[in-house]
Amino acid sequence: MSGMKEIKNLKEFSTSVEKFEGGHRLCPGCSHSIITRQIMNATDYNLVVGYSTGCIEVCTSIYPFTSWNTSSIHIGFENSATALSGAEVMYKVLQKKGKLPCDNGKDTKFIAFGGDGATYDIGLQWISGAMERGHELLYVCLDNEGYMNTGGQRSSSTPPGGATTTSPAGKISYGEKMKKKDIMGVMAASGAEYVAQVSPAQWKDLVRKTQKALSIKGPSFINAVSPCPTEWKFEAHNAMHINELAIDSCVFPLYEIEHGQKLTVNYRPKNKIPVRDYMAAQGRFKHLFKPEFEHVIEEFQKEVDARWEYLLRREEAGV
Amino acid sequence: MEIHEREVWDGNMAASQAMRQARCDVVAAYPITPSTPIVQNYSQYVADGDVYGGDFIPVESEHAAMSACVGASAAGGRVATATSSQGFALMVEVLYQASGMRLPIILNVVNRALASPLNIHGDHSDMYLGIQAGWINVCAFNPQEAYDLNLCAFKIGEAESVRLPVMVHQDGFLTSHTVEVVNPLTDDAAYSFVGDYTNMRPMLDFTKPVTYGAQTEEEWHFEHKANQNAALMHSFGVIQKTFDEYEKLTGRKYKFVETYKSEDAEEIVVAIGSVTGTLKLTVDKLRNEGKKVGLVAIRVLRPCPREEIAMAIKNAKAISVMDRSAPMGTTGLLYNDIAGILLDNGVNIPVLNYIYGLGGRDTTIAHLTKVFTDAEECKKAGKRVKPLIQMVNLRGKELSFF
Repeated sequence: MSGMKEIKNLKEFSTSVEKFEGGHRLCPGCSHSIITRQIMNATDYNLVVGYSTGCIEVCTSIYPFTSWNTSSIHIGFENSATALSGAEVMYKVLQKKGKLPCDNGKDTKFIAFGGDGATYDIGLQWISGAMERGHELLYVCLDNEGYMNTGGQRSSSTPPGGATTTSPAGKISYGEKMKKKDIMGVMAASGAEYVAQVSPAQWKDLVRKTQKALSIKGPSFINAVSPCPTEWKFEAHNAMHINELAIDSCVFPLYEIEHGQKLTVNYRPKNKIPVRDYMAAQGRFKHLFKPEFEHVIEEFQKEVDARWEYLLRREEAGV
Repeated sequence: MEIHEREVWDGNMAASQAMRQARCDVVAAYPITPSTPIVQNYSQYVADGDVYGGDFIPVESEHAAMSACVGASAAGGRVATATSSQGFALMVEVLYQASGMRLPIILNVVNRALASPLNIHGDHSDMYLGIQAGWINVCAFNPQEAYDLNLCAFKIGEAESVRLPVMVHQDGFLTSHTVEVVNPLTDDAAYSFVGDYTNMRPMLDFTKPVTYGAQTEEEWHFEHKANQNAALMHSFGVIQKTFDEYEKLTGRKYKFVETYKSEDAEEIVVAIGSVTGTLKLTVDKLRNEGKKVGLVAIRVLRPCPREEIAMAIKNAKAISVMDRSAPMGTTGLLYNDIAGILLDNGVNIPVLNYIYGLGGRDTTIAHLTKVFTDAEECKKAGKRVKPLIQMVNLRGKELSFF
């Protein structure tokens, strides 16, 4: 099938044709650019990209520059998936009518990017609609667990105990109170034929899932953990380390669900580390290590364990 | 699909048939009263294979409707949709984005009041809400015009020198649900008039990738918006040329400003929409009584045809301007346009502002007679002797101002 790309090793991958150029304005150590680059370069398809307002948008398309070495569109915060719904249907109509402006023999695929603000919160209805209608598009959530472009406010992806500028830790508050929304479940239930969680630290897994998402007939969804040095408060050079802690603690498990039914866990840490170690590496959880708030760490550990257990049981049951 | 030389269509049917005949590639829409039949009709055309290979996207909201239209249009084909009222309000964010990206989407706005209180009937609150969104706004006053102006809208908006989205307004229920005789073109003749559309910068041309919806801050935003405004201002030529071509084809003549017995009129009423029909009857009645009255109806609301409006009204002795939207703290939008045009032309005459028809309130010849006779009294006095802002057919207190 045209568009599939064989990638032997990281060196070859890092030197392949760029569809996402450097020179963007994302923070040093931001995982957004690493994830986006890995996804954009994972295939040889023609790509039409949509992106929601947020870090990825304000840092990649400031006129007269663009980081996207392919056609791209930004409308608003909530509607990148809907913009691509329209583009995808237009593509099929023009193809049927023999009126495509360019036929270079390659298939065309549609990828929308949005942060967790765009995905979990303000755009949930739009994305759910796009999934339900069955458009052949991939939606990628760059999940940095907050509204980082506007100064680190909480989102429904912010984990319990996380301090943000709208769920700050204080004398009597330990920060975010609510649990992180199960966006994977929401998307699978909305009709996504394929949903997967990825981390740029596991690039082969990420590339495989991207290729799978783009080859599947129907809508697909990828949730990518994207540690944010600015708001998670860690040194930029530690980005990949934080990524590894996220998946090795099972705070951000790597798994996929096919056709809303078949769940597979794709990464089992050899040594499952305590969530305490993951939290200790980030300033946003610093206050939890005070005696009066330590119970939050214990409760979060229980939650993470229960979630991991749930995923393993679903995998075992083949549902 | 069989189309007769004479059809009995309501405004919604007229608009949806024109969208079908224009061979839209993509229509993305969400139903809302009173524009729902446009969306339903179009869905049926798709189901019957009558749309020449185009497709329909049943989105989950009006915001999504316009968002999908923007994506589809940027991808590279012909796009249209329809909405009303709350749906229009929900779309507003994306209306600005559509025009800012210079995408020639056609939007049928079946005008309806805005809540609260909730009301499904016609007024121009939605029309006025979107007036600064950077779209070309043309107004149909009956089903025939809704049909004609839809065909013209594609040709105007898609012209290379224009590349702007176009709204075609018609009054909710009074036009959208009132059946009248409409003389449509055949499918071939209609399409031959509208013509093929080629997007100059389609996203689907991978030999020339494009970025739509870039960010511009203080270094560039002003230049982009000023140029967009200039494109709107420069669209008069294409609108005129399109109206001329349409007249040649059908014999039906459209002008930026429609006039009725206004040439020698001393009192002129300026209005938009289906009320102009009742106004014509009122003019005839008053002319029979020996009054020198006339009507000026705004066909092209944006860009504002200031010169044509000035030509039509500058010899009047008094003017009443009718706004079908609550002005909320000042004079109505059309009044403001007219007052500015008169001032700029050095015409110092009494100008009155009437707020009418909100939420579908009936406006009859009796009400409109007073609108003319108020102007006549001001003419005779040589100054404004009536309140500046008056409500037409309002129960209870008058609630006039200034």
